[in-house]
Amino acid sequence: MERVTIPPPAQAPPAAPSYRRSHLDQLESESIYLMREVAAQFERPALLFSGGKDSIVMVHLARKAFWPAKFPFPLLHIDTGHNFQEALDFRDRLAARLGCELLVRTVQDSIDRGRVVEETGPHASRNALQTVTLLDALAELRIDAAFGGGRRDEEKARAKERFFSHRDRFGQWDPRNQRPELWNLFNGRRGPGEHFRVFPLSNWTELDVWQYIAREGVDLPSLYFSHRREVFFRDGQWLARSPWVPLLPGEAYEERTVRFRTVGDATCTGAVESTAATVEEIVVEVAAARVTERGTRADDRRSEAAMEDRKRQGYF
Amino acid sequence: MSVAEEAEARAGGYEQAARQYREMDLLRFTTAGSVDDGKSTLIGRLLYDTKSIFADQLEAIEGATRRRGEEGINLALLTDGLRAEREQNITIDVAYRYFATPRRKFIIADTPGHVQYTRNMVTGASTAELAIVLVDARKGVLTQSRRHGFISSLLRIPHVLVAVNKMDLVDYRQDVYDAIVADYSGFAEKLGVQDLTFIPISALAGDNVVAKSERLGWYNGATLLHHLESVNVGADRNLVDFRFPVQYVIRPHQDFRGFAGRVASGTVTPGEEVVVLPSGVATRVRSVEAFEGPLPRAAEGDSVVVTLADEVDVSRGDMIVRRNNLPTVGSRLDAMLCWIGEQPLDPATPYVIQHTTRSSRAFVSRVVYRIDVDTLHREEAARLEMNDIGRVEVTASVPLFFDAYQGNRATGSFILVDPYTNVTVAAGMIRGPVQTADELFPAAAPGPAAVSPDVVWEGWNVPREEREARNGHGAAVLWFTGLSGAGKTTIAGRVERRLFEAGVQTMLLDGDTLRHGLNGDLGFSPADRAENIRRVGEVARLFFAQGAIVLCTFVSPYREDRARVRALLPEGRFVEIFVHAPLDELRRRDPKGLYARADRGEVANLTGVSAPYEPPEAPEMVLRTDRLSVDEAVDQVLARLRAEGLLPG
Ligand SMILES: Nc1nc2c(ncn2[C@@H]2O[C@H](COP(=O)(O)OP(=O)(O)O)[C@@H](O)[C@H]2O)c(=O)[nH]1
Repeated sequence: MERVTIPPPAQAPPAAPSYRRSHLDQLESESIYLMREVAAQFERPALLFSGGKDSIVMVHLARKAFWPAKFPFPLLHIDTGHNFQEALDFRDRLAARLGCELLVRTVQDSIDRGRVVEETGPHASRNALQTVTLLDALAELRIDAAFGGGRRDEEKARAKERFFSHRDRFGQWDPRNQRPELWNLFNGRRGPGEHFRVFPLSNWTELDVWQYIAREGVDLPSLYFSHRREVFFRDGQWLARSPWVPLLPGEAYEERTVRFRTVGDATCTGAVESTAATVEEIVVEVAAARVTERGTRADDRRSEAAMEDRKRQGYF
Repeated sequence: MSVAEEAEARAGGYEQAARQYREMDLLRFTTAGSVDDGKSTLIGRLLYDTKSIFADQLEAIEGATRRRGEEGINLALLTDGLRAEREQNITIDVAYRYFATPRRKFIIADTPGHVQYTRNMVTGASTAELAIVLVDARKGVLTQSRRHGFISSLLRIPHVLVAVNKMDLVDYRQDVYDAIVADYSGFAEKLGVQDLTFIPISALAGDNVVAKSERLGWYNGATLLHHLESVNVGADRNLVDFRFPVQYVIRPHQDFRGFAGRVASGTVTPGEEVVVLPSGVATRVRSVEAFEGPLPRAAEGDSVVVTLADEVDVSRGDMIVRRNNLPTVGSRLDAMLCWIGEQPLDPATPYVIQHTTRSSRAFVSRVVYRIDVDTLHREEAARLEMNDIGRVEVTASVPLFFDAYQGNRATGSFILVDPYTNVTVAAGMIRGPVQTADELFPAAAPGPAAVSPDVVWEGWNVPREEREARNGHGAAVLWFTGLSGAGKTTIAGRVERRLFEAGVQTMLLDGDTLRHGLNGDLGFSPADRAENIRRVGEVARLFFAQGAIVLCTFVSPYREDRARVRALLPEGRFVEIFVHAPLDELRRRDPKGLYARADRGEVANLTGVSAPYEPPEAPEMVLRTDRLSVDEAVDQVLARLRAEGLLPG
């Protein structure tokens, strides 16, 4: 029997594809572009991994940027020795899961070798000391580009920070010697001994980061979510009970429902009282926040220009 | 409102934002104004009124305001950054600010005025889709305001918003506003600003910034924030010309080779035919990959990984483009340059040019003129200094793949870097290739596919001049054109023999030899004839660069094709020789029997009979072979070469 082929019905033309992209898509694409640019322009990049959400988001972006290959740089953690155990565990699990190289350099080591002197007193913090450990590590490992999670919305002095931030041979930042960044052309040329800090999250705000974490389902250390913890109140904020911070007269531990907005050195990272236990709840809470994230860091509270001074010296 | 109430209000707005964030898009804008026009106040106002200022920031500013002996909160203090500037009360660099409404996230590139004004504004404008130009209502349109408009148009910012500020100080009078609108509109028309909007505001009092003001009741338009929220972003995106500069090669294992990059413009879908530049190899897109999996397409701005159907050698700096939509390829750029380096432009410095993901050495070979940014007059200039803008010619050491900045910001922009200090010294916007053949003979350029002829003078390892010095004679291309049977091959053959015997480096190219090999794929349609001659010209150019006297014998019936070859060579080195005899004389000779066959209709497209021949208008030589013997003709050619100094006396 002869078969008659019936032509398929004329199909409706497919709807014109939408090329519209959300702000998160655009931020993500920009960050990926930057990371690839660094991998191409530099010989020995490293990702400064603090254990905080910004560096975790950076790792997530790095995976995306080089997929299906592994990202071509190690994680470098500068450990003050005063870290929350949850953050350290999370760090080790993450590195093991991704199979990436994790390098750790400790402030304790810098102290032991006499590179720095431990601060004393009730407000002692190793936050300032880590700059030395960091610069030593960069020199030792001959790292020419170090990714940092800094964002321009964090603090006034960061508003003028570049994506590619040039550091001289002493690791220092000179606000007058930064290169204008035009279009998406990044100039990573450097002299011997000089390096760059690169900030792929420059254009993100705290809210963007949380929205992105929610969208992407990025895993975070438990510290970020509401939990019961022994804390004490000092200088207008809650600090966690830890072996490193002795109580002052009049201070006492109490158990509160708190979470951390940043995860850094336990001696100076304040907790906020919060019941936000999921990423979505945090997004709402952050959106309504009255205080900047850095407002919970004792190290920034020391003086109005504190951040700027630390940056000049080579801080993160 | 108290701080607590502020926070409440913000919480409401942001909760909504948190839910709607998938809907939010992004607008990058830049702000410009002369000192004290109220730019910082306006930005402070925007941040304040959109509840983007945190309580701790607000407290800090209240404190700072008090310490300055002022009352309330000085909104301008919100946006000023570094301590040195706070002390000097000026801002010295582009600062970025962020705020969001439920609809849109905003990135402000806040560019201060003052000394390095041009440099800062160009930097801020390079990524902006909208510019706010502030005008002080009391002062009207000043030189500075015009300058801002000019730079916005130079950088092709699609939307310009003129905020007429300090309306409170002119009693909110409409006539003051109208006069400024009329004045600025006339000016903007000359610049070709595409989308120009005016809004009367008081940044200090908050009129028409976020909330509509009754004191400006005569104004019916949108508030400033509403305009920012509703302006059509992305309308200026180039979604037509697919350009994919390869950023990084991703090769996790033997079976995967992907090219990572951000789509500079256009769109791409799997299966499309593409060409890789500079190799010119054609292939197809096998897939467009992302972490989430293969994508049906990628568009301008997307960071993706492209895999190709064939094993093609591709590395960083190459560009993948659509087969029938190519950028210009060339190493000489006609560009507008904004000089931002502290040291003036030096024509002897081999700068590093960064263009897309490609970089090479480049000289600024010529300053055509400088623009006075205040008067917009062009003036002659030998060099450019910091904050100067001028039109220049740039010669790169490798071909670049570019488009005019006007139609493509990503492939039309470049920077120059000082090779000694590594500092970025200039921002460039490409107008096009340096116009040589294309400008002189527009008809000769067969569409955008044309590889710019400028590639010619590119760094040969051993320069031609050295070869000529050793050979003891000059290089040249002798182009014999004329109808079949006119005597081109005979004369050229004898000339070559004579030269060769005198120890001259020679090469003879004729239609038959080339059509056997290199041009075996070409027929005799006008397009194929043009391509035939183009390739011959390129081959001749190579032998020329090698120091030879190249003799080419081609009917080459079209003037444009011959002009194109001429344009490939330096002045005086292309000798066009019209070998001519009347048609009936040719019919009589007819050595190959072509005319007879054509007359019988057996040969189509015989030049001079059934296909046109365009005789040269100003050839270097005409050889009337019906009046000259072969030897006489040969002697004339040799005499001419001696007269030109190409052969030793
Ligand atoms: N009356 C009035 N004063 C304003 C307005 N906008 C800004 N100013 C004042 O103009 C001066 C300069 O403003 P500022 O924002 O620092 O200008 P900038 O140099 O452009 O950043 C300050 O004293 C402001 O208070 C306005 O709309 N009305």
